[in-house]
Amino acid sequence: MDGYYAFMLIATALVLMMTVPALALFYGGMSRSKSVLNMMMMSYIAAAIVGILYVAVGWSMGFGGEGTFFANPFELFWLDGVTPDTYIFVMFQMTFAIITVALISGAVADRMKFAAWVLFVPLWALLCYFPMAHMVFSCTEDSLICGRIGAQDYAGGTAVHINAGVAALVLVLLLGKRFGWPTDKMRPHNLTLTMLGAGLLWFGWYGFNVGSIVPGDDFETQFALETGRTFANTTLATMAAVLGWLVVERLIHKKATSLGAASGIVAGLVAITPACGAVDIEGAVAIGAIAGAVCAWAVGLKFKLGYDDSLDVVGVHLVGGIIGTVLIGVFSTSDGAGGIDGLFYGGGLGPLGDQTLGALVAIGYSAVVTAVIALAIKYTVGLRLSEEDEVEGIDFVAHGESAYDLHTSTLGGGSTGVLASRTAVSEGAQA
Amino acid sequence: MKLVTAVIKPHKWEDVREALETFGVTGMTVSEVSGYGRQKGHTEVYRGAEYDIALVPKIRIEIVVGDDDADDVVGIVVKTAQTGRIGDGKVWVSPVDTVVRVRTGDRDASAI
Repeated sequence: MDGYYAFMLIATALVLMMTVPALALFYGGMSRSKSVLNMMMMSYIAAAIVGILYVAVGWSMGFGGEGTFFANPFELFWLDGVTPDTYIFVMFQMTFAIITVALISGAVADRMKFAAWVLFVPLWALLCYFPMAHMVFSCTEDSLICGRIGAQDYAGGTAVHINAGVAALVLVLLLGKRFGWPTDKMRPHNLTLTMLGAGLLWFGWYGFNVGSIVPGDDFETQFALETGRTFANTTLATMAAVLGWLVVERLIHKKATSLGAASGIVAGLVAITPACGAVDIEGAVAIGAIAGAVCAWAVGLKFKLGYDDSLDVVGVHLVGGIIGTVLIGVFSTSDGAGGIDGLFYGGGLGPLGDQTLGALVAIGYSAVVTAVIALAIKYTVGLRLSEEDEVEGIDFVAHGESAYDLHTSTLGGGSTGVLASRTAVSEGAQA
Repeated sequence: MKLVTAVIKPHKWEDVREALETFGVTGMTVSEVSGYGRQKGHTEVYRGAEYDIALVPKIRIEIVVGDDDADDVVGIVVKTAQTGRIGDGKVWVSPVDTVVRVRTGDRDASAI
């Protein structure tokens, strides 16, 4: 299958693009102008750290053999014994590990020490993502979620989205609210970046979902049937979610917003991720529409319950991930990749139970392990910036930079920039 | 001499400038400012969260004129910038002691 191999090269590059730069743009636009660079840096540094760690032990823990929670980290240590014709599959799985960690960063905007993030990233990848990837994607007979429970998850509703969403929730509970939240205005500073990021995420997601095909016996036939299904389902669910989100917004808040459309794209993609191989296109539209509508409501929960999930990682990824994972039990058809009929196709309540149990195990594992890691960091180097630094802005405090040098000139007179350059000189003199 | 300061709606700025030029005003200082009067700001909604934006963008025009022209200039600004809706802005006049042209050192009336 030369075509399959060439396709995986492209799919892998697409999934890496989802983090660098798509997710960074999506989150960066929603953050404030004084913390956009830090927000983007959290994705970029996650790519660098997790990528190298994945090659060291991640592949081995995920796909190096048997195990309920993970395989022997040293079986394929530094890809020992792995031949280069397998490297593209290592790289593909590596990009999943990267984006899962980066997804969490949206919850901690403005206030998490950069050093704490740099510590959190490898620890969380090692203890939370690599094991979860084994439990879900290796599908060895003794692997917990795929092998033992038998829950379907085509591309990562549990391992990626529920996992990152729960981690985000635990982290913001330990980190606390931003100073002034929710009374201070913390509106998105540049939604054009967010719209661009959401569009690039959608594009990259074809690599993520369609590339998650696992070759079977009659692969020629399987490849065309299954990639057609996953590509169409990914597309239709996303479209349905955009409409679902906007309708809810229009009814409750009187306006259909651009941020709502961008968020609907991501909510739909998240929900169809586990389900794209299992359902028909009717099921995909239903799952997308439900995810768009429910997530549009769920992003308001943080105000009711009082947790500062800054860019709604919980409301979109945890809620969307649960919806997609559980609804497989309803909309799955035996024509799909898993060969299982769900509730609406005469399969009874069994598959729904398996899917729900799979989601609960993912939630529980992620919550416990993330809490241990975050508490360890909190009581050693600390998680939080000082109040003074947070108000000053983490871009300048952590990275010594400002994202923008803008001087308004809508009158047509332009700007000479002399005041700005004076500021720069005095800042340089201080440093 | 008087300083006429006008704070007006941004979309009226071109009309006001043209009318003042026709009247014979040769120069002015213009800045983009924010503020609010009785109309207050507006509300924006992001992912269902409402944000009250207190400050509204306005254009501020500052013109130094002779005592005799002040009332006319005020009249032109009011007539041109008026929409009749809340938020049209304000114009006020304050006394000016001295004006000096930087290039020549001319003072007062000959510096306007």
